[in-house]
Amino acid sequence: MLETYKGKVVKLGDNVDTNDIIATRFLIYTDPQKLKDYLFYEIDPGFTERIEPGSILVAGHNFGCGSSREHAAIVIKAAGFRAVVAESFARIFFRNSIAIGLPLIECPGIATECKQGDELEVDIRNSVVKVKDREMEGLKYPEFILDILEYEGLSNWIAENRDQVLKP
Amino acid sequence: MGETFAQKILAQKSGRKRVENDQFLRCKVDGVLANDATAKLMIESFNKMNREVADMPEGCTIYFDHFAPAPNQDAAANHNLVRDFCRKHKIKLYDVGRGSHLHVPVEIGQCRPGMLFVGADSHTTVLGGVGAFATGVGSTELASVLATGELWFRVPRVVKVELKGEMPEYVVAKDIMLEVVRQLTISGGRYKALEFTGEAVKNLSVESRLAMASMAVDIGAKVGFFAADRITEEYIREYTDRPFNIVTSDPGANYERTVTVDLSSLEPLVALHPSIDNVQPVSGLTETIEINEVYLGSCTNGRLEDLETAAEMLQGRRICPGVRLIVAPQSKIIYEKALAEGIIQKLSEAGAVILPSGCGPCSGTHLGVMAPGEKVLSTGSRNSPGRMGSGQSQIFVASPVTAAAAALEGRIVDPKQTGWGGK
Repeated sequence: MLETYKGKVVKLGDNVDTNDIIATRFLIYTDPQKLKDYLFYEIDPGFTERIEPGSILVAGHNFGCGSSREHAAIVIKAAGFRAVVAESFARIFFRNSIAIGLPLIECPGIATECKQGDELEVDIRNSVVKVKDREMEGLKYPEFILDILEYEGLSNWIAENRDQVLKP
Repeated sequence: MGETFAQKILAQKSGRKRVENDQFLRCKVDGVLANDATAKLMIESFNKMNREVADMPEGCTIYFDHFAPAPNQDAAANHNLVRDFCRKHKIKLYDVGRGSHLHVPVEIGQCRPGMLFVGADSHTTVLGGVGAFATGVGSTELASVLATGELWFRVPRVVKVELKGEMPEYVVAKDIMLEVVRQLTISGGRYKALEFTGEAVKNLSVESRLAMASMAVDIGAKVGFFAADRITEEYIREYTDRPFNIVTSDPGANYERTVTVDLSSLEPLVALHPSIDNVQPVSGLTETIEINEVYLGSCTNGRLEDLETAAEMLQGRRICPGVRLIVAPQSKIIYEKALAEGIIQKLSEAGAVILPSGCGPCSGTHLGVMAPGEKVLSTGSRNSPGRMGSGQSQIFVASPVTAAAAALEGRIVDPKQTGWGGK
């Protein structure tokens, strides 16, 4: 989970709402394979079909604002995105992505630095993003969050009793 | 340096004397809440964790409010799955019609001042209206609390929202919050906590505070906090005699910034399509916005005072032909109080459809879903495209007062110009 990924950029704007990512009426489903067809369904049906597996989602400020629905992180992962890089994230989406093992990097400047279709390299462990020849530093994670990602999310992390890693 | 309420509550819940802003902590949680949009995923994650349900002072409670009563067979099957889980693990379930987890925890005395609550719903911030540290998380994180009784937090910096002056007629708490949203913008509260203070707080009912706190998350904030006072105590004592611990920020606390709202300068506001911070005075609208539906309800404005205010405006009149007025009290207790006080009668006679308690229309799940091209004036808290149905519908967010005026006129109008009711 913490290796370096390379992928094609799919770019979105600022303040992308989790309600847009997946509408509430689909929250009765939890199977990622069923959910994936509903990514951006209300505002852009067919979005998932255009995603090349292994793509990297790049967004502007406050990505994933709005509702707490974890389905938003699940559906992005299920649609084939390997990681999300944004100028900034809304806090619940950020936590959810870590909780389900969708790697993400908060990287100021990324939205101006890359465009749709660019090749991007992301190093999750070190929070480094490489676009063309330029290296950009993202916000560093505390060790315990890297540990959760290493275990591909909270469910495994707790099942393996790793929750005692973080001191009270 | 003095401490903020957030430092104090999180220090206490992590067993430390003092914590600092931005510090990561593992905290003991007082109670967790889930609803029928998030509980199934929580159960699936919990089952992977191989743990028993942890002991928490206020335990876990689950509420059916987003798909309640079930609008289709898949939702009905989910409800049964959750019912079975609750029976198996002795978890308290509030089944269809009882109300939303964004209100019932305060009216059953479960969520009280000074407590740390997390809910699998972003609007869990609502509970900060009674002086709790309450925030939303996702289903797997909620499952992790169910399994361990604990959760990691980063201590949020606090933005002080100072309220002064008196509200003019036709202006209510929702307008104050829309002004806060306008000033701070949709992302201005990211990773932070909002604390509402100032001389004007004493004039705000607990229901008004809950309404404002609900929208803290809509500018990205982790918490929307009103320190408990005499008004909170009276409210809570109506429902419970269980103990609680009032937490306040120190006078010299380290606030990140302060924003001030002079209530006397406010007028009825509306958040225009397509963003909640696209806020304007209703009186300043330059084009006519005709609407198909008015929604009075939600975790922001589905409480007794909201229904009462709208009923006063609507009393003895009929809504505009062709407009649907949909009303959903936030809980069965609110519904029954509104019945006893004749509020439901007034709303119904004016042409309203009364729904069971829940979140349906505001979340676009059922009972008032928007078709392409339609416009709705909602008293909820969100207006991103597709929130209440079609991505080609438009949502305008305003107060119950402005909602009632719009229902009567069939378009968004300045309530103070209608001459109806008055606050």
